[in-house]
Amino acid sequence: MTHIRSAARDCVPGCGNPGGGRMWILRFGRYIRGAPSGGASYWGGLSLGSRFTQAAAGGSDGRQEAAGDPRRRGRVYQNPTWQHVEQRPLPEKKVTVEVLDHLERLALVDFRNWEGVQRLEKAIQFADQLHAVNTEGVEPMDSVLEDRCLYLREDNITEGNCTEELLGNARETVEEYFIAPPGNIPLPKLEERDTFLQVSE
Amino acid sequence: MLRVSLSEISAALKEGRVSPTELCQRCLSFIKATKFLNAYITIAEDTALKQAEESEERYRRGQILGDLDGIPVAVKDNFNTAGIETTCASNMLKGYIPPYSATVVQKLLDQGAVLLGKTNLDEFAMGSGSTDGIFGPVRNPWSYSRQYREKCVQNSHTENEDSNWLVTGGSSGGSAAAVSSFTCFAALGSDTGGSTRNPAAHCGVVGLKPTYGLISRHGLIPLVNSMDVPGILTRCVDDAAIVLGVLAGHDPKDSTTVQDPFKPFELTSFIDASKLCIGIPKEYHAPGLSSETLALWSKAADLFENAGAKVIEVSLPHTRYSIICYHVLCTAEVASNMARFDGLEYGHRSSMDKSTEVMYAATRREGFNDVVRGRILSGNYFLLKQNYETYFIKAQKVRRLIANDFVNVFRSGIDVLLTPTTLSDTIPYVEFIKEDNRTRSAQDDIFTQAANMAGLPAITVPTALSEKGLPIGLQFIGRAFQEQQLLTVAKWFENQVKFPMIQLQGMMDHGHTVCHHQKSAFFS
Repeated sequence: MTHIRSAARDCVPGCGNPGGGRMWILRFGRYIRGAPSGGASYWGGLSLGSRFTQAAAGGSDGRQEAAGDPRRRGRVYQNPTWQHVEQRPLPEKKVTVEVLDHLERLALVDFRNWEGVQRLEKAIQFADQLHAVNTEGVEPMDSVLEDRCLYLREDNITEGNCTEELLGNARETVEEYFIAPPGNIPLPKLEERDTFLQVSE
Repeated sequence: MLRVSLSEISAALKEGRVSPTELCQRCLSFIKATKFLNAYITIAEDTALKQAEESEERYRRGQILGDLDGIPVAVKDNFNTAGIETTCASNMLKGYIPPYSATVVQKLLDQGAVLLGKTNLDEFAMGSGSTDGIFGPVRNPWSYSRQYREKCVQNSHTENEDSNWLVTGGSSGGSAAAVSSFTCFAALGSDTGGSTRNPAAHCGVVGLKPTYGLISRHGLIPLVNSMDVPGILTRCVDDAAIVLGVLAGHDPKDSTTVQDPFKPFELTSFIDASKLCIGIPKEYHAPGLSSETLALWSKAADLFENAGAKVIEVSLPHTRYSIICYHVLCTAEVASNMARFDGLEYGHRSSMDKSTEVMYAATRREGFNDVVRGRILSGNYFLLKQNYETYFIKAQKVRRLIANDFVNVFRSGIDVLLTPTTLSDTIPYVEFIKEDNRTRSAQDDIFTQAANMAGLPAITVPTALSEKGLPIGLQFIGRAFQEQQLLTVAKWFENQVKFPMIQLQGMMDHGHTVCHHQKSAFFS
């Protein structure tokens, strides 16, 4: 399986959690983060007492009396263990018309209307939350199978002769050729293109 | 007869209690009767009947190909099927008839399965509701179940019953609805962020996502190359194991399949729970989790503990970032994968032909819907030179952290993780469309996509009905390539919870009345 190449600090669950929130990490009895208000301390063992003193009247199946009982482990947390962070609005200069035009050219799809642009802005806002994660010393991961060798076939021709079938799917063909309009002509500039971005200027 | 499991119908076929053609015809007529569900895009009636006849011949001669011989199955419409239109529910591929079949489809056909048709999905499998394809949304069969209807009456819903139908979840909603409504015995879906498990949970069926690299993706129109896997939807865990046995294994045409030999297995009914160690990741109590799902999750943990298993709370600290990481990586890979649709060799082609660039741009304008275009543009944004490090590479690093979380947890002795599959039971379509596709995906995929990030196998098992009478499923995540262990645990759990069968009596009559309302609800 995947090697753990990141620094040891990043591997320990609970460390490097700058997103805030009070995460109680019970790792072999060691207490890593702050104590809950009014809760019992719980060194050693996986006792879950303090969580229940904080919980509201939940636990309808009388689990609260079992709180603190070291024999009862592995209970599902009765409250969410984290909250959504409020997304910060984008700085004004981030998504300019130049960037939008550039994207339309690269992607060869259009934004179509303001909704499309807002969709992009929301996507960027959403993605910005990633910056809160500490990834120092962590290698990027391309594939979960990175520790294995890719399989390569022998360089022998085993299939083919399907020209007709393949050409059959194309709209415009001539003899055995796919037809394309003239190439090497760049997409018209923003001012000359029929795009809503022009209107937005 | 259509309500039985795959293994039961297979036995019936072998004993001659029913013939493949009869079975095929019944399924086809039931598909017609449940047309209002909109689960199928293409129904391959002629080829299905032909396959059924060939299967019947084999049964007569006593030379059947395997357990799947003569069994009607359905396939999601983003798998290529030779000679049968494959659209991905998009204008871009409308009318596209592939010249080859996907490896998984071919494997099913080689085992004698009868391919009934292609099922509906979100356009290019992007979405979590099966509502964004060009053929319209898929309706959840549970909208018409007695269990739900009775609760509706109790809660005195006075709106027109028919306009309040529920979504199936996505993006393999058509496949899930097909299996759930008894029109086929197994269906193929694809799972990139939970697209098999999400609709399976909402439709009350079993949804299996195998380990990445176990099943070939050759012929599956790709969304995210590093996370896609073909998914299996069936009515019970045993059936999923049978289908997995047929599909898994190395494929020379897909170099991302592992070369380890795969041995199909049969599941035992009995497990020694005392040897089992179940992990409960606490970060999976995410904000928005419904109290019913939470209660079921707790009960399930109790169930394992009372049976003698060790149930331990574990931590996957980067869970909250996994949906964001997925969002970046998914849009980036989508931007790359959708670049192949230029209209030259296949698919839709625009009539604008001033230049290749203009033609490409116009083709893609016309062919893709808002969701797909939005993801392509976001993906391209994250891949811009100035953003590459800060977004794409960053997301890849976070991906490693997430994968490592799982490695650590499994290394500490956990066999299987138990988590919810979805935040709550399914909701009406009119509610679902109030938020846009990206928001919904971010909400609905929250429990499912971490398994895709780490490439681990996961299965959702329908657990119980909610107060509204709708299915809630729980998810098990296993170690890589340990499907046997995962499915064994899932099967034991399934036997314990005894999820009720959907009661669709009167669906046939309902089908006639709904047809009249179909137009208005459909296009509203």
